[in-house]
Amino acid sequence: MTDTTQHTPPGGRPRSSADAIKRPVLSGPHLARRYRTERIFKGLGLGAIMVAALILFILVGSIVSKGYSAFWQSYVHIDITFEREDFTDETGTITEESLARADYFTLIRGTLDELFPEAASDRQLRRKLYGIISPNADLALRHQVEADPEAYIGKTVPVWIKLSDDIDSVVKGYIDRNQPEDRRRVGNVELSWYDSFHKEGQIESFFNVDLFTHGDSREPEEAGILGALVGSILTLAVTLALSFPVGVMAAVYLEEFAPKNRWTDLIEVNINNLAAVPSIVFGLLGLAMFLNFFGLPRSAPLVGGMVLALITLPTIIIAARSALKAVPPSIREAALGIGASPLQTVTHHVLPLAMPGIMTGTIIGMAQALGETAPLLMIGMVAFIVDIPQGFTDPATVLPVQVYIWADSPERAFTERTSAAIMVLLGVLMLMNALAVILRKRFERRW
Amino acid sequence: MNDGTQAVEQALSESSTPKPATETKHVKILNRDVNVFYGEKHALKHVDLDIYEHEVTALIGPSGCGKSTFLRCLNRMNDVIDSCRVAGTIEIDQTDIYTSGLDVVQLRARVGMVFQKPNPFPKSIFDNVAYGPRIHGTAQNKSEVEEIVRTSLERAGLWKEVHDRLDQPGTGLSGGQQQRLCIARAIAVNPEVILMDEPCSALDPIATAKIEELIDELRENYTIVIVTHSMQQAARVSQRTAFFHLGDLVEVDQTDSMFTNPKDSRTQGYITGRFG
Repeated sequence: MTDTTQHTPPGGRPRSSADAIKRPVLSGPHLARRYRTERIFKGLGLGAIMVAALILFILVGSIVSKGYSAFWQSYVHIDITFEREDFTDETGTITEESLARADYFTLIRGTLDELFPEAASDRQLRRKLYGIISPNADLALRHQVEADPEAYIGKTVPVWIKLSDDIDSVVKGYIDRNQPEDRRRVGNVELSWYDSFHKEGQIESFFNVDLFTHGDSREPEEAGILGALVGSILTLAVTLALSFPVGVMAAVYLEEFAPKNRWTDLIEVNINNLAAVPSIVFGLLGLAMFLNFFGLPRSAPLVGGMVLALITLPTIIIAARSALKAVPPSIREAALGIGASPLQTVTHHVLPLAMPGIMTGTIIGMAQALGETAPLLMIGMVAFIVDIPQGFTDPATVLPVQVYIWADSPERAFTERTSAAIMVLLGVLMLMNALAVILRKRFERRW
Repeated sequence: MNDGTQAVEQALSESSTPKPATETKHVKILNRDVNVFYGEKHALKHVDLDIYEHEVTALIGPSGCGKSTFLRCLNRMNDVIDSCRVAGTIEIDQTDIYTSGLDVVQLRARVGMVFQKPNPFPKSIFDNVAYGPRIHGTAQNKSEVEEIVRTSLERAGLWKEVHDRLDQPGTGLSGGQQQRLCIARAIAVNPEVILMDEPCSALDPIATAKIEELIDELRENYTIVIVTHSMQQAARVSQRTAFFHLGDLVEVDQTDSMFTNPKDSRTQGYITGRFG
């Protein structure tokens, strides 16, 4: 080997012993091709992410643009005269009972009749007139008066009265006045009443607290998601209480104790298969087993939670097993080597180290359960339920089913409430995912 | 002559205790016709080996010769491997450790182990050492645990370096410190035998020297079996050496006579660096 041959430019072919060794060529078409492939790959990856981001933006954008108005509700400001004799009992004193019995409905109607005397004579017109106010406005008024009778009774007080969903739509600009009257949800005469209120500045929008404090209702302006939210929380609590311990125990047994033979292989394959079974099948199973065979209550979070536990169980087992697998064997050897029993090794060392992974998997499973609709339809959680569930056996519905019910309702105002419910659902999901990230960061340990 | 052999001879002359064998030595672990199978593979063949009390026995041999397998038979760590089957007699103080009634957990409390890669628990230094005494109930109260942790760390030569940060994670120590922590963890249980599976292979020469010094001190109170790839290390720390090759125990003898006068040609070939 000589020095001269070592510096031979690529492409030249001098005959020497050094020529036998082929060194990598640092330029040429091969390199350009590699660079181009890398550039294309990067570009494709970036493109894929941009498409995903765009789709997410469109999705969230359309939901928010449709739903943000549901967080506002319009009220009309009218003076109501509270005559003392309307609120007293036979002896002429005001008691809690007499306050509750008073006819707030007539009070509001009377006030409206006075404001628009032209409608008073015509029965049809009067019905239209009362229709601009929420049918449940009297209940709200009663609560106001009961809270502080002194401030109202015997006086004329300006009160905020909730408008009906149709007039609320007018306020929000969803009603096109240029359309012919028979194609519009709000007639000319109602519009004229609205205009007269509007001219006087008597109409204002407030944050729609009722959306978060009410259960479902046939009247959109009265409908809220609290019932569905509580139903979801109760259902998920049952799901978590069932699937977490069972899932973790199954995973620990399969991963740490079970002999590796054909039977455990079969079980593993079946768990993976179970994860791929359509959720509606679990719903049918729940209907047949829990409702028809065991006779558990219909529409109850208890049964819903049991069905969802079946669905999340494979997810949790698979996540827990991979988390257990990720614990280095050296930790197990260390514990066994100083005389820890297999159970002590698992409970003192392996399980704590696998916990962040198990919790992440569990929360993902819970998020999946939160969004599950189909199986709950099968066990009757699709029912129209006004009351907020107080326990695990009360009839209830859940957020995604509430979305389904509202999306199915014909009223214009339910459209925006559907989007609002989706926003709340997504908010809960994001909260759960954030919790997963926090838990992982907090409990993650290096070894 | 080969460089490796020279180094071994030098190490031998430096060895602190080149004791001649005496007839009164107590046999701590008795192995007769020990065979190990991994499924169909016959990994260890007919091993007869006596391990004497208060001695360091070094197991040497090329990779895959079965020395680690043999070591793991002595505290039944091979039980963890499903396909592994052990046949033959292994007795510690005349008790067969493979009899059906024997509690493996108790056995491992008597026969401690230090692994190739330092594997402290991802817990504090204190908890690492205190774990053994706690699960075995050797310490009745907090002050006893503290006492055990302190003496164990002192005997492992780690106390001076870590006494002011016992609450810090054991995984934050350097490699050599971690290995000494693992030794402290093993001796905190007060075992009779300590098995060491290439304890210095992941360490630098300075950390290795410290561990070797420690092994020599520990010999007074424990019986030590060490697997090593380094002939110099075997010569420095051990009193007896056993040479394994392809699953056979080829030769076992006093360390100094083994390295100066090997009887088998395979041993000669290995320690002079001709193969392995």
